[in-house]
Amino acid sequence: MRRVAQIAATFALAFLVYLVLTLPSGSLGLWSLDELLAGAVISLLVALVSHRLLWERGGWRLLNPWRWLVFLVYLFGPFLLAMAKANLDVAYRVITGRINPGIVKFNPGLKTDAGRTMLANSITLTPGTLTLEVDEETGDFYVHWINVRHVDPKPEEVCGPLPHWAKVVAE
Amino acid sequence: MNALIYAFLAVGAVFNGLGAVALLRFPDVYTRIHGATKCTTFGSIFSILAVVVYGAMRGGGDGIGMVIRALLALVFLLLTNPTGSHALARAAHRAGIKPFRAVVDRLEERK
Repeated sequence: MRRVAQIAATFALAFLVYLVLTLPSGSLGLWSLDELLAGAVISLLVALVSHRLLWERGGWRLLNPWRWLVFLVYLFGPFLLAMAKANLDVAYRVITGRINPGIVKFNPGLKTDAGRTMLANSITLTPGTLTLEVDEETGDFYVHWINVRHVDPKPEEVCGPLPHWAKVVAE
Repeated sequence: MNALIYAFLAVGAVFNGLGAVALLRFPDVYTRIHGATKCTTFGSIFSILAVVVYGAMRGGGDGIGMVIRALLALVFLLLTNPTGSHALARAAHRAGIKPFRAVVDRLEERK
């Protein structure tokens, strides 16, 4: 029963993305019959292959619409700001060649897969920092930092307010 | 509105160009990943924003479809780009490539 629910939820998500992607294509409402059939077959295959990976370890919580709203606020607010600032910083380093690289370790205190994934991806997307490894048991982040300011930094020094937001959105 | 499109395209092109320069200037695989993936992400975001503005200006079914698809492309870019960079960098470190002139390497110490 649980497995059926997992497959159905994955199918629904994949099909929704397919529908949005092929939006104004034809005669049946907004879509053509071909697209609907192809989308259903592809979504079913995706669901059969990937449902286990998606929901086993606490993925259900991510379907909460409140989290999506907070995530959008995060995406267009603090994250975009951090990325813009860091992009200019790395652009400066590209031109001048002033780098001081190193791999630092810190623990942002995130417990769930979703929170860790979100923070790791945010860190990698922010120029100047690149997540190399996350320790699954302790939650330690190993981050390649292009301009090391402290050898043992606090999470805030590497990635600003991002860990706090990852906690709010995903945990 | 045309000016806005040109501005977005220009910013996108500049950052994509900087990404290419970073590939040439930075010394090792990790710093090159910084330069390439990041400037490319920022550059691509502005290029896609230009498409979004163009689609919104054009309006009608085609224009709206263009906007939606461009935004979806942006979402998937933001999801897949860091995953790919992370996989590359982690594989490089596991293969034993040392970061160039690193002041500290905590990941090496863990092993």
